[in-house]
Amino acid sequence: MKVLVPVKRVIDYNVKPRVKSDETGVDLANVKMSMNPFCEIAVEEAVRLKEKGVVTEVVAVSIGPAQAQETLRTALAMGADRAILVQTDADLEPLAVAKVLKAVIDEESPNLVVMGKQAIDGDNNATGQMLSALLGWPQAAFASKLEISGDKATTTREVDGGLQTIEAPLPVIITADLRLNEPRYASLPNIMKAKKKPLDTKDIASYGVDTAPRLKVIKVAEPPKRGGGIKVETAADLVAKLKNEAGVL
Amino acid sequence: MAVLVIADLNAGALSDNTHKTVSAAKAIGGDIDILVVGKDAKSAADAAAKIEGVRKVLLAQSDDLGHGLAEAIEAVVVPLMSGYDAVLTPATSQGKNFSPRIAAKLDVSHISDVVEVVDASTFVRPIYAGNALETVQSSEAKKVITVRPTAFKAAGEGGSASVEDVDAGAGAGATKFVGEEIVKSERPELTGAKIVVSGGRAMGSAEEFQKVIEPLADKLGAAVGASRAAVDAGYAPNDYQVGQTGKVVAPELYIAIGISGAIQHLAGMKDSKIIVAINKDGDAPIFQVADYGLVADYKTAVPELMSALG
Ligand SMILES: Cc1cc2nc3c(=O)[nH]c(=O)nc-3n(C[C@H](O)[C@H](O)[C@H](O)COP(=O)(O)OP(=O)(O)OC[C@H]3O[C@@H](n4cnc5c(N)ncnc54)[C@H](O)[C@@H]3O)c2cc1C
Ligand SMILES: Nc1ncnc2c1ncn2[C@@H]1O[C@H](COP(=O)(O)O)[C@@H](O)[C@H]1O
Repeated sequence: MKVLVPVKRVIDYNVKPRVKSDETGVDLANVKMSMNPFCEIAVEEAVRLKEKGVVTEVVAVSIGPAQAQETLRTALAMGADRAILVQTDADLEPLAVAKVLKAVIDEESPNLVVMGKQAIDGDNNATGQMLSALLGWPQAAFASKLEISGDKATTTREVDGGLQTIEAPLPVIITADLRLNEPRYASLPNIMKAKKKPLDTKDIASYGVDTAPRLKVIKVAEPPKRGGGIKVETAADLVAKLKNEAGVL
Repeated sequence: MAVLVIADLNAGALSDNTHKTVSAAKAIGGDIDILVVGKDAKSAADAAAKIEGVRKVLLAQSDDLGHGLAEAIEAVVVPLMSGYDAVLTPATSQGKNFSPRIAAKLDVSHISDVVEVVDASTFVRPIYAGNALETVQSSEAKKVITVRPTAFKAAGEGGSASVEDVDAGAGAGATKFVGEEIVKSERPELTGAKIVVSGGRAMGSAEEFQKVIEPLADKLGAAVGASRAAVDAGYAPNDYQVGQTGKVVAPELYIAIGISGAIQHLAGMKDSKIIVAINKDGDAPIFQVADYGLVADYKTAVPELMSALG
């Protein structure tokens, strides 16, 4: 059984993003980039499935610039078996990413796709759902628990108000939520080993998929700043201020 | 121009997120219809018919729809889209679950988490955990959008639209509902509450969270929220999480207790009207967004707060 894990290279989650002064986007020059945290969770889940003997091969895929090779090496160091970089310098919208992933899946025929629920740059939370719709495979989004037995996936999902459990036959698309697992750190020997694992680079054009942007970005602006507040000395002061000054009590 | 709004139901009842999404639809303009999907959802549809400015309410009912399965909802909406230029869904976890599927089926982009409608084809949405606001323009024939409810005022009541049944679709296909654990609470719903009291990692245990945060919330008639750290550690249930990847709230008053103020947490609460932070570390980033900061150990500050509230 084969699992495919799409991973995205994004700004590191510890970095505070800064908007460019010409309002064309967020400044990514000389900024630390890492694997999207939700994709790390997806890789971890796939590697655990392999360790449990449920799957035999974990394939990581990234669509992005040459530097996304580093992200794929991280996935390999965490335990993925091989990687595919679909190279492009364009910033693709979720629909285009889903179409390219579909083309990769048509070639690779995995039994399962485990991916992140959201990329923390665009915050779209859309690609997995779109991919499921394009493929006609069942969708289990926002997973906090996954069990595969035979040809069936049972997923517990984080929903409004609590948790929901659903069941679907493979192949399925799973999107990972924060509490699915805690991703491992790659050990030094595994980082060394990852350098020798296969990483194929493909030109995005070779898939013949229309990835032209559909949306025009008019501007990217900084959100309004909150005015500075004050410190109060005691809880009683706080209550007085909330009643008399803020008028919220 | 015709816009379809997909209603949000909370325990079978129409939620205010629907009214807020109708306001976003009004900013787009044209005729507004509401689609109610669910099981035994007639009363929710009747409630939707009373929202001001609505042309008609469409009602689709089945078991799969009652469980909110994404494939089942998509199967109802996509055939209806021949009659609409845009479909708007509140960006709840259910809305986020199915709305992108509709876009993919219509071969158009998905516009996630809209906070402002500039005109019928131009929308503003937060990216990078709300550290930037992106304005995008769509020239596509149909717009598929999720709306951040806290960014819009609720549309008023006073309408009297008709309710008509529509086809409940083919169901969820191979996906089957197995079960759910829904937390029942007497408190106000987190995303719509006027006051929210949230606890963080500082609580140290679920017992402490219940002992400290909940009585204060009850005294204030507030909803309870939590940081990711508190949820991951099991101090609070998952649906209490406020932030970039949890719930977005914008109450009149947000009280953060023992929460440091990571950007991912701020993304979910920085549009609150008044923010109060109680933290023993005077340098905690939460104080940069707090209107009122109290540098104190919550163990003494919260009991004092309780007694000052009377
Ligand atoms: C992909 C991703 C998504 C995320 N999404 C979210 C999200 O949606 N929501 C979210 O909240 N986080 C999210 N996070 C996590 C976020 O980065 C922080 O780790 C988290 O918000 C920290 O929670 P905290 O403030 O409770 O804990 P900490 O950062 O550990 O802060 C605890 C605070 O309590 C204070 N304290 C300790 N003891 C006391 C005391 N006795 N009295 C008073 N104060 C005390 C400390 O001074 C400290 O400031 C996400 C992270 C990632 C990577
Ligand atoms: N460029 C990309 N390459 C590979 N996977 C991606 C890419 N963009 C998005 N994804 C996947 O889709 C998930 C959700 O992203 P999004 O819909 O953009 O929030 C991510 O966590 C990844 O698993």
